[in-house]
Amino acid sequence: MDKNEVFAKIADLVADQFDVDRSKITGDLNFKNDLDADSIDFVEFVLDMEDTFNAEISDEDAEKLNTINEAVDYIMAHQK
Amino acid sequence: MSGFLDGKTIVIMGVANKRSIAWGCTQAILDQGAKVILSYQNDRIKKSLERFVPDNLDLVECDVSDDDNVKKAFEAIGTKYGKIDGVIHAIAYADKDTLTSGLVNTTKDGYDLAQNISAYSLISVARYAQPVLNDPASILTLTYFGSTRAIPNYNMMGVAKAALEANVRYLASDLGRNGIRVNAISAGAVKTLAVTGIKHHGELLKESESRTVDQKSVTTSEIGNVAAFLMSDLSTGMTGDVVYVDKGVHLI
Repeated sequence: MDKNEVFAKIADLVADQFDVDRSKITGDLNFKNDLDADSIDFVEFVLDMEDTFNAEISDEDAEKLNTINEAVDYIMAHQK
Repeated sequence: MSGFLDGKTIVIMGVANKRSIAWGCTQAILDQGAKVILSYQNDRIKKSLERFVPDNLDLVECDVSDDDNVKKAFEAIGTKYGKIDGVIHAIAYADKDTLTSGLVNTTKDGYDLAQNISAYSLISVARYAQPVLNDPASILTLTYFGSTRAIPNYNMMGVAKAALEANVRYLASDLGRNGIRVNAISAGAVKTLAVTGIKHHGELLKESESRTVDQKSVTTSEIGNVAAFLMSDLSTGMTGDVVYVDKGVHLI
């Protein structure tokens, strides 16, 4: 999967999880500050990413993901 | 829809999202023709539920950390719906430090909180649900194998589940004369919001899957189907029991 495809899939997940307009999702959106994510939202989002990309994201790694771009880069680096 | 739960009304406590075991139970029970009422802890959980729960499912607030709240919730249910036929209790909590620090480091507060929410709450739910339960009726809770074996990282939750399973036996004995059965499903590990509280839960899930008889983890829908059976009059001969729905993980 290339970077654009990963971004598109993550944007779909974000739109669904955080009730935001898909067309307004950009890479620099910050989960906490821009999407108002609380810990439950964020854990649900990480579980969805794991399923979508057949990936495993440890709690320690998940805590370091602040923006959509960081999530995209993480998936790119850990693709199976 | 027509099925073996036609005409029954079941209260399901503990749906947090689509992955919840309680949501698997909800769908299986709806499929068998019952009416379902979901209880939620607070407005935050309500917000999550409103994203995916269809409008025809009724929601009632019930925070089990407060007895008065449980009492009021079941009184409200009785007033609005009359008698009900079953309650599913799929609720547990331990704070992160307690869950991840090893049992030997458990504080009194951490111990009390985990026992209160995960084990005591079944007693409170049974007590306040009793006046609105039919004869026959069924109470079901969710437990895990970590109650009888020392599963790595399950820690305090294993202790709480052991108490919960003992509660099932004594409540079954107390409530039998009123036609109320009390059982538990000991579910295999599934990827839910709850399991993410366990340290290294990815390893737990993998290890658990590898120990199933066919190397495929049990699904919330498979757990839900057994829950539907236990809510039904097909299971009036069962009470005080812990039923494994784990694809055989407990065998090995």
